Amino acid sequence: MNNSLLVVLIASGVAYGTPLLYGALGELLAERSGVLNLGVEGMMLVGAVMGFWTVQKVHAGTVLALIVAVLVAALAGAVMALIHAFLVITLRASQIVSGLALTIFAGAAGLSSYLGSDLNLAANPAAHTFHAFFPSKMQNWPIVGPILFGQSALVYVSWLCVIAVAYYLTRTRPGLSVRAVGESPGAADAMGIDVVKYRYLHTIAGGAFAGLAGATITLSITPQWVDGITGGAGWIAIALVIFAFWRPELCLIGAYFFGALQALAPELQARNISLGPTELWTSSTPYVATVIVLVLVSWRGAARRLGAPASLGIPYVREEA
Amino acid sequence: MVVPIFSVVFALLVAALVLVATGHNPISSYRQLFDAAFISTGSLDQTLISATPLAFTGLAAAAAFRMRVFNIGAEGQLYLGTIVAAAAGLYFGGRGHASPGVIALMVIAGAVGGAAWAAIPGILRAFFRTSEILTSLMLNYVAGYLLTYLIFNSESYWRQTKGFNATVFPTGKPLPPNAVWPAWLIHAQGGINVPLGAGVAVLAGVVLWVLYRRTRFGFEVQVLGDSEGAARYAGVRTRRKILSVMAVSGALAGIGGASQVGDFAHALDGDPNGLQKQGYGYSGIVVAALGRYNPFAVLLIAFLIGGLENAGNSLQGANFPSGLVGVIQGIILFSALGGELLVRHRPRVLRRASVAEATPLPGAVQ
Repeated sequence: MNNSLLVVLIASGVAYGTPLLYGALGELLAERSGVLNLGVEGMMLVGAVMGFWTVQKVHAGTVLALIVAVLVAALAGAVMALIHAFLVITLRASQIVSGLALTIFAGAAGLSSYLGSDLNLAANPAAHTFHAFFPSKMQNWPIVGPILFGQSALVYVSWLCVIAVAYYLTRTRPGLSVRAVGESPGAADAMGIDVVKYRYLHTIAGGAFAGLAGATITLSITPQWVDGITGGAGWIAIALVIFAFWRPELCLIGAYFFGALQALAPELQARNISLGPTELWTSSTPYVATVIVLVLVSWRGAARRLGAPASLGIPYVREEA
Repeated sequence: MVVPIFSVVFALLVAALVLVATGHNPISSYRQLFDAAFISTGSLDQTLISATPLAFTGLAAAAAFRMRVFNIGAEGQLYLGTIVAAAAGLYFGGRGHASPGVIALMVIAGAVGGAAWAAIPGILRAFFRTSEILTSLMLNYVAGYLLTYLIFNSESYWRQTKGFNATVFPTGKPLPPNAVWPAWLIHAQGGINVPLGAGVAVLAGVVLWVLYRRTRFGFEVQVLGDSEGAARYAGVRTRRKILSVMAVSGALAGIGGASQVGDFAHALDGDPNGLQKQGYGYSGIVVAALGRYNPFAVLLIAFLIGGLENAGNSLQGANFPSGLVGVIQGIILFSALGGELLVRHRPRVLRRASVAEATPLPGAVQ
């Protein structure tokens, strides 16, 4: 039963969806404060390469090495986000072009590739990797075993993060302030909220989440380093925020749906199931599905009604507000 | 002119810091880079090979970004250009010397392929208000898989099926002789082949300039880029304009694809580590931004960035980490953005006291 296609797809959907979830949660925090960051792919790749480098270099027990690696990855992502924050918040540059610049700077042919080749990471498998968190007895339970108990610690941490972000945004004072900054920075400023500080902090936190997302790929899903290992996951994470109507709990569902689509290609191949040009349509499915869902949610300006922060993408200038 | 020069200099300085931080000597790295790009024997010949596609993708990005249509799908549109142009070359080509008719058909086919691929995000943006940024980018991945599929995973029209090599490593079917584009040989530096595509790119730049500066279409599109509300009020058909801008942008990238096939590859290149590793579509954004979306500046800068890419390809190794070129390009784009704003806003650093003096009394405002 645990080997049936559906159970395997859901279980690997959760695993493959986790980097998407971390990336989307980070982008959601930045966008809720009014900053669009299209550099997620680049930040993820730098997090991925730095996390991988850390486990190769740190001589410690597996648990400690992995914790340090995840923190280094988050820090690396945060530093990348700081560049974007400075350009768009302080210098008020175009958020779209700056985000693209960040992806070119940090991405598959940029800094992440530079670090990967300079630190000589491509040849070796990861020295420490995340494994299933619960004992194998529990993983053998029917249906819930592989789906709920067969995952790595990063999956369970991501659930805590979803709860934390949802609670933060809806139930705390600073969370309310972030939403005010994203919806109407002028009004927030008049209330005494430091718009610039909030935007910086949330953009940087978004970068940290993206770095963590990258480390999830290189330390858990495919524990190795290859240039451009994220394969567009950062872009799908940005799209996910839109599908989820800027709500963290919906990011979780969307991420697992797209994770399952990514798992579809290898799973069908492993089972020797071929439906027409399988290599072509299964590998393009996540990207085509992203386009289709984007069209559905943007039809007739649904996005604006359903929760896009009103000042998203617009720089805040006190004198002009 | 100040901002682009400043951007490049600043980018080289920051990248030098990255080089020092990772234990390299920036002066020797840059000397090697400059040498491999423009000075050493055969370097200009190689630089033109990178510069030609960059001129097309740079023009494609300039055509769209100038109008605030963010087409970042030039990469995929270029792939579709190679696919359709290769089909035209294989179908119409024959024996003999390069035939202007066949080459013209390949250019048209490439333009149609790129424009059709760009029309997908164009239609979605115009009629469903879907962000063209994400959709055009997603289609890059789909186009890449399609390209690989046609050569590696299928018995398509484009694949070489005869001969011993075809069974060892899948490749594209070679173009017939009269579909191979001619080059103009300059006897310097051991022979520099100026590809026909470079000439087509210059021509395309001129056409783009005329289209945007000297026609009603260009004027309406510029108004639309500045203010969608004003354009609609003036009776501009905004949906058609958005779609046309995407199509023009995609067609330019697609002709770049035709030149890839006709000038350089002479077959469809489906290798995931071949054309797809070059990322010409993304570098085109850097070229366009640095040229401030002016077609003539784009052509010049495509040549410089082409030199950088060529040096990156030929120097890759222990002394020259592979991503350095991307790092430099990213910083160039960052500083072009930042520099633009510094020039536009002319910020001055004032002391607190003088700020108070300079601020008029509240009653005096308005």
